[in-house]
Amino acid sequence: MGIEPLVKSYSALRHETLTRDRGLREKVMTLEEAAKLVHDGDHVAIGGCTVSRTPIAMVWALIRARKRDLVISRSITSTEGDLFFASEVSKHVITSWFTQGIVWGVSKVMRHHTENKLARFEEWSHMSIGLRYRAGAMGIPFMPSRTMLGSDVGKQVKDEIKVMDCPFTGEKIVLLPALNPDIALIHVQRCDAFGNAQLDGLQFMDIDMAMAANKVILTTERIVSNDQIRRTPDRTRIPFFTVDAVVEAPFGCAPHECYGLYEPFFTHLDHYAKISSQDPVKGPQQYLEEFYYGPKSWPDYLAKLGMDALLDASRRGRSVHND
Amino acid sequence: MTKHTKPSSTFTTSELLAVMASRLMTNGQVVFAGIGVPLLAATLAQRLFAPQLTILFEGGTIGPFIVPGELPPSTNEQRCTRRSNMVLPITDVLLLLQRGYVDIGFMGGAQIDRFGNLNSSFIGDAENPKIRLPGTGGGNDISSLTNMIVAMKHEKRRFVADVDFITSPGWLKGGGTRKDSGLPQGGMWRVVTDLAIMGFDDETRQMKVLGLHHGVTREQVQENTGFELKFDGKIETTAPPRADELAVLRELDPRALYTA
Repeated sequence: MGIEPLVKSYSALRHETLTRDRGLREKVMTLEEAAKLVHDGDHVAIGGCTVSRTPIAMVWALIRARKRDLVISRSITSTEGDLFFASEVSKHVITSWFTQGIVWGVSKVMRHHTENKLARFEEWSHMSIGLRYRAGAMGIPFMPSRTMLGSDVGKQVKDEIKVMDCPFTGEKIVLLPALNPDIALIHVQRCDAFGNAQLDGLQFMDIDMAMAANKVILTTERIVSNDQIRRTPDRTRIPFFTVDAVVEAPFGCAPHECYGLYEPFFTHLDHYAKISSQDPVKGPQQYLEEFYYGPKSWPDYLAKLGMDALLDASRRGRSVHND
Repeated sequence: MTKHTKPSSTFTTSELLAVMASRLMTNGQVVFAGIGVPLLAATLAQRLFAPQLTILFEGGTIGPFIVPGELPPSTNEQRCTRRSNMVLPITDVLLLLQRGYVDIGFMGGAQIDRFGNLNSSFIGDAENPKIRLPGTGGGNDISSLTNMIVAMKHEKRRFVADVDFITSPGWLKGGGTRKDSGLPQGGMWRVVTDLAIMGFDDETRQMKVLGLHHGVTREQVQENTGFELKFDGKIETTAPPRADELAVLRELDPRALYTA
């Protein structure tokens, strides 16, 4: 891969889209088949936020497929970022916040990799990441914005942003470069075989991300019929022609949360936090061996999480429907 | 209005922070709240005297009511959406700040300086940090666009003359430097600690003590601060947390996840 310009040329962006098969076609496949759509060196955008609706099943498949040099972007990065670093699948994460979650303290794995310069955590403000995806989704090269000025966050990425005087008002504004990921991984509650996706609860940055990316892999709790989608088209958030793969992956965010279905697997996440804090090298390696490389299949991975944990997370997950 | 009950003598630092911060809220405000003490303080105000106060969460929620005992681990879980009015994409909830719908941004802090700049990115030099911290999240956006309250523990290592790295801008180098850098709106308004409540001088934008908590001396605050503090002309003594305030906090967080 050569060095690409920061912002993709409009003709390249349009050409890539033009050459994609946008017909109403079935695209159901396995996690392993979908992993083949991701190439070493790709920019991969990860849907969800922190421990919510993270496409863990696809992250799991990419780590098992031993991908290399992926550039990862996400609104906020949690345990999946640790595991991308620890597995050497990625050495470059673009995000606004990087740690398992505030209740577990600062990630020792993120610290180990960044402080020892083994990997890069490129920090942008949360809104700036969102506006970069949005510019990408809109097919424009940049988005003007009013944050990251005056602070050192803006200075850290000064080669990638522009500060200009607004041509209308003369005010100082920031221009954020559009982000058009090579591929976006998004987990939803339901979609059809064509990739019409309905997602419940918080959307995070997933819709912009799907529109901005050059490819989308959807994992879904269940595949429903196209007829069912057509009964409630107002609930469809991602249109099929942006989607390149549909994978049915029940509990596809475990041990993270999927709105309305299961909450985070807190005991499991406590366990991960404990072993990764005790040893930021051996801890995640042990975790990867046990939960990523070891299991024969996704159901085998879920079995390792344990029936008690699945039921407990599900019971809590469904509580939002019980007000 | 506030029902005055007798002060309570035993409370934790986090409970003190939440109570003192809650008293800075006004009914009818729209408050962009972080997790932990900010959420507890905003909810406490909502319960006791500000029923028209609206909480926004960075994950995309407008106006949730938190279920006691089910505090969210971040602003992005389904627990953040309970009985809310609306859920939005993250980018759009943050854009409400830019558009001007938010009165107060409210968060915790790792390190703060005399001009109210916050650091949550690097301890030490950014190129060779001693500690890489989790980063800005929405902190930079919130503090760039609205008036801020920060709640944190008062320690010398946290209150420094100049932060190692400005993650979330306060008044930058004081005076008009914030405005000149392209941030004409908002700014650091109040810093609430376990010792005192601080504001910022209208001209110099230097941090100054406005109030001391019950039993705290000026010397004590200065000893725990890494730069020379200014003191306002009339320093008030805050009333200690009341039993009714603590009762609400303990109902919200019965397992002391954020109030230990």
